[in-house]
Amino acid sequence: MLSYIIRRILATVPVMVVVALFVFSLLYIAPGDPAAIIAGDQATPDDVARIRMSLGLDRPFLIRFGEWLWQILHGDLGTSIFTNLPVATLIAQRAEPTLSLMAVTLILAVCVAVPIGVVAAWKADTLIDRAIMAFAVFGFSVPVFVVGYLLAYVFALELDWLPVQGYTQLSEGPWPWLQNLILPALALGCVYIALIARITRASMLEVLQQDYIRTARAKGVGQTGILFVHALKNAAVPIVTVIGIGVALLIGGAVVTETVFAIPGIGRLTVDAILRRDYPVIQGVVLMFSFLYVLVNLVIDLLYTVLDPRIRY
Amino acid sequence: MTDATITTAPELISAAPELPDLLPPVKLRGGIIGFMRRHPAIAIGGALVLAMVLIAAFAPYLGTVDPTALAPTRRTREPSAAFWFGTDMLGRDIYSRVLYGARVSLTVGFSVGLLASLAGLVIGLISGFVRWSDGIIMRVMDGMMSIPPILLAIALMALTRGSVGNVITAITIAEIPRVSRLVRSVVLSLREQPYVDAAIAAGTRTPMIILRHILPNTVAPMTVQATYVCASAMIVEAILSFIGAGTPPTIPSWGNIMAEGRALWQVKPYIVFFPAVFLSLTVLAVNLLGDGLRDALDPRLAKRL
Repeated sequence: MLSYIIRRILATVPVMVVVALFVFSLLYIAPGDPAAIIAGDQATPDDVARIRMSLGLDRPFLIRFGEWLWQILHGDLGTSIFTNLPVATLIAQRAEPTLSLMAVTLILAVCVAVPIGVVAAWKADTLIDRAIMAFAVFGFSVPVFVVGYLLAYVFALELDWLPVQGYTQLSEGPWPWLQNLILPALALGCVYIALIARITRASMLEVLQQDYIRTARAKGVGQTGILFVHALKNAAVPIVTVIGIGVALLIGGAVVTETVFAIPGIGRLTVDAILRRDYPVIQGVVLMFSFLYVLVNLVIDLLYTVLDPRIRY
Repeated sequence: MTDATITTAPELISAAPELPDLLPPVKLRGGIIGFMRRHPAIAIGGALVLAMVLIAAFAPYLGTVDPTALAPTRRTREPSAAFWFGTDMLGRDIYSRVLYGARVSLTVGFSVGLLASLAGLVIGLISGFVRWSDGIIMRVMDGMMSIPPILLAIALMALTRGSVGNVITAITIAEIPRVSRLVRSVVLSLREQPYVDAAIAAGTRTPMIILRHILPNTVAPMTVQATYVCASAMIVEAILSFIGAGTPPTIPSWGNIMAEGRALWQVKPYIVFFPAVFLSLTVLAVNLLGDGLRDALDPRLAKRL
């Protein structure tokens, strides 16, 4: 067991190196001169040369990659071209709103999606099931910013139940904090809920056909007990897997959601960096989120053994 | 066994006793109505996609004006008989912009679906057949898949000049790993099939095996995957344009129209509303088509999802 955990953790090292190598080589595989593009149309040749120097494009690829990797291992994600501040500092300053949004969305999505997925499987091929699955198709199709504007228009502008935009820090109390996050989390969670609900239904349908479910029913276990104790526990592995994979949707969607709801998080930082062509910031954000994603999925891999003792390594 | 009479198949059939009609033959209704009954998702999704394609193709003839024509005297008009979807803050007609915007979304969606499928097919085939390359290719794909697709596209767009072609390239690169993984898994499972073994034993060369036995079996899952890639590409294009990293603002695309309406959305929600509806409907149509194709082409998978 312990050796499995160690092996699994070690196995993420090559993935992370590939991620780093890939993100790093984007500068080199992009068509044209990235330094000229980052400098913008009004830049003087001096500006371009300065940016080329600061990006290290004037030195050999492998040497530059080695240096860059070494810096990252020491927590140095580079320096912003626009503000001259370390990218790691910029990201740390903006981390709280983004992590709050993602955490609230994750909890909300799991709390909504798993029960409706279970109900859809239980009531398979009835009107309820059809309605839930139709919702899932809609959830996949309506882009996150469309849902965001719709929710903000109805619940903030028209009904005035919740604040329209902005963010309140957690230190100012949990309710003001949560109030600002409910609508963004619902918007961001829509795709995620659809995804988890679909997999929950599929996984539950498979489990509900097993013999031990019939046995449980025969010995008089109630419907709720069967669904949530006997079946859901055994249907958990695919559900947890898709929760992990879906974190990529959360990360990508957070950038947009923060723009719609004017949340000053990492997404906002990214959008500002795009407008200023501040590539080191974008690179740092991509790298940081990718590592976060790999870590989440590592934790989920390790959870498998807890969720399903039959899985042994 | 010397004077065994040779019986032909038709004789055997005619000699067979009449079977009782336990199950009446299934009558499938032919024609368009029958097809719609059996595959409602394909019919509805396909019809909507077709409608969008026609709108995009015939945008100049559908009562539109120049989508980029500025008219400062009639800024931010509410929707009316003259301006069906209203005008934006530069006085441009939103109805015309939305109709022309369909061109960008559909071009990006279809191109990415096609290019990512082709690239994924090649990579998946190499990975499935050239065994020594499999480890390397799949590690690279794992790495690429660990980068959330929207962020990968943002990073690529930050390094290139904004153009529809670059948007297509960026989204294609972000989608390739998923397609290659699918093709690889299909190839690996097909290689275990007895008929592939038989073909190898009979001395069929690898290119012929790929052509005759592997490719035809990848068509169904790849078609389904391509529709999902197409739907996701249209969403990513809109997101990129919306945050200013996509199609250049001079080209009317749904993401761009929404980005321009962003500052005014609380007072003039219709600027965001109309492109949003068109985008959602189009993506929904493509997803419906994908679900329908999946159910029709691969009933085994349909049951699981």
